[in-house]
Amino acid sequence: MLADPSPSGASGDPEPPPLAPIPYVVRSVTTETPDTVTLTIRPSATRRIATPRPGQFNMLYAFGVGESAISVSRASLEGELVHTVRRVGKVTNALSAVTPGDTVGVRGPYGRGWPIAEARGGDVVVIAGGLGLPPLRPAIYAILSQRESFGRVEVIYGARSPKDLVYYDEIQTWRRRTDVRFQTTVDAAGRDWYGDVGVVTTRLPDARFDPPKTTAFVCGPEIMMTLSAKALADRGVPRDRIWVSMERNMKCAVGLCGHCQFGPSFVCRDGPVLRFSALEPFLSVKEV
Amino acid sequence: MVGSGAGGPRSLPREEFPAFFEALRAEGYSIVGPTVRDGAIVYDRLEGVDDLPIGWTDRQEAGRYRLERRGDRALFGYSVGPFTWKKFLFPARERLFTISRDGPSFSVAPEPTDPTRFALLGMRACELAGLDVTDRVFQGGPVVDPGYSARRSRILRVAVQCGQAGGTCFCVSMGTGPGVRDGADLVLTEILEPGPHRFLFEARTGAGTSVLARLKTAVAPVADERTAGEIVARTASSMGRALETEGVRDLLRETLSHPRWDDVARRCLSCTNCTMVCPTCFCSTQEEVPDLTGATVERWRRWDSCFNLGFTELHGTAVRKSGLSRYRQWLTHKLGTWHDQFGTSGCIGCGRCITWCPVGIDLTAEIAALRVPPVSVTKEAPR
Repeated sequence: MLADPSPSGASGDPEPPPLAPIPYVVRSVTTETPDTVTLTIRPSATRRIATPRPGQFNMLYAFGVGESAISVSRASLEGELVHTVRRVGKVTNALSAVTPGDTVGVRGPYGRGWPIAEARGGDVVVIAGGLGLPPLRPAIYAILSQRESFGRVEVIYGARSPKDLVYYDEIQTWRRRTDVRFQTTVDAAGRDWYGDVGVVTTRLPDARFDPPKTTAFVCGPEIMMTLSAKALADRGVPRDRIWVSMERNMKCAVGLCGHCQFGPSFVCRDGPVLRFSALEPFLSVKEV
Repeated sequence: MVGSGAGGPRSLPREEFPAFFEALRAEGYSIVGPTVRDGAIVYDRLEGVDDLPIGWTDRQEAGRYRLERRGDRALFGYSVGPFTWKKFLFPARERLFTISRDGPSFSVAPEPTDPTRFALLGMRACELAGLDVTDRVFQGGPVVDPGYSARRSRILRVAVQCGQAGGTCFCVSMGTGPGVRDGADLVLTEILEPGPHRFLFEARTGAGTSVLARLKTAVAPVADERTAGEIVARTASSMGRALETEGVRDLLRETLSHPRWDDVARRCLSCTNCTMVCPTCFCSTQEEVPDLTGATVERWRRWDSCFNLGFTELHGTAVRKSGLSRYRQWLTHKLGTWHDQFGTSGCIGCGRCITWCPVGIDLTAEIAALRVPPVSVTKEAPR
């Protein structure tokens, strides 16, 4: 059977099942860290997903293995997608093992991303921990592309160790910019590391922003997001202007399978980016 | 509400009930309804009236279900069993589509739709409310479940008002029964006495009217309508359980650290029974099932449960590791956050989760216990 050569919705063929993956061809695979790769993929036929907005995610599919929810780390208008994948399970192992020319499946984009428009006119603080940077990368690019719409822009990126930093070359480019302050820190490092050492919140006192007029975008491990959001709130950033991106097990990504619930939210549909003010009562309770 | 077309309620003698089966078949329906199997009244395909649980009833308590003989020949003289109608709309296992290798790429073949039209015979008022709940879940968007939606569009809802309440029933508390208000195509009331064994028929939709038009019914006497009302009132007054729903949504949001959760967690086995028998639990997982050559893969969806440890697995470890957190998720979702998500409670008061819990955990009792503020442990000064 041949893949439907027409763009979705434009043919007389029956509509494909809503959860069916669309084939994409792997263009390049970049090793980021010992357990993390970045895949650049593009549609293998004319069918493709809509262009994701910053902070949205896709379900990536490895044939015969299964699907995994992966944040979009860059999307071009031509349909090219960039995803950074860490090997933690069966599906992400298979996705990490692809080589250029291989096919992976994609469906999406899903969820609500970073509310960049809401941040206009004020300062922006972006805090990323570990693999929290990939879902924030499109937001950073969106902010930089309309830099004049924002006040001060502070980015703090932390990882466990220097070898766990992703997008290393890009970070160097960002750090050279004068219109954005980009701090990098690691939890622990050897003698070959000349940068800061300490968790992301230790860099916050150095960040310059006007708390009541600041919007914060935070992504990383849950404990790191909670501590960062609390530190921001302590500095005076309104809790409803602190946004965090949640991660939960997902099977369907469209609010039908029930797996990703966090309090009243379906992380897939209402999130993954949610207001800290709405999440705080649940983040403070174990195993919600 | 659509009138019966035939002008009000109609009466059908018990002896003519086989003709109702024929009328349903003539309208193109496959009939599913209650039948006795393995010591319980379950919902399955019915060939004829003799498949109904004639003369049987169920006795239910927390963690206990027994079939008993009635002293009469009632066709619908029980409350509800372990099965729900959900399985006809959201099957326990369902193939979603098939993916085949296609050179270096792959292609997806959709699953053909099953054209079977089911008449769901014997839906209780609470179960019609349950159908409304699953409609909101699967059809409320933004993505509509195509399988559910296709099957849902082909069912005929034949309700039978409850002539008795089960020991774990609390539909009155949930405002879902026992009288059928809306959501049915046909509403039946079984009248055993006084007078001959007979049924009161009411068509509520065009589809119901079409079926009724095929039956030789008589205009129901006004007294029968009154009797039907009395039957429902009697059932309402004999509920086995009650649940205080006032403020329960806020209660559950505010008691996430209540010690009662530790108490129930010591009893709960995380067996998933409550979620399997619940008419509204909708959680599912997906499985890739490759053929032997590896060239074709089927995508299956099957029921899952928030009580399963792997349900919340993230990076190789479960978010909800403790039994406490899993029971709390189930109850806070069912009675609390369901309102936030779907604008209704997820509970319809059928009592199945109480009856089929192997250790008899009763959510009405758990809610009552959560309403008692925790006692702070303070040491009293010695006298």
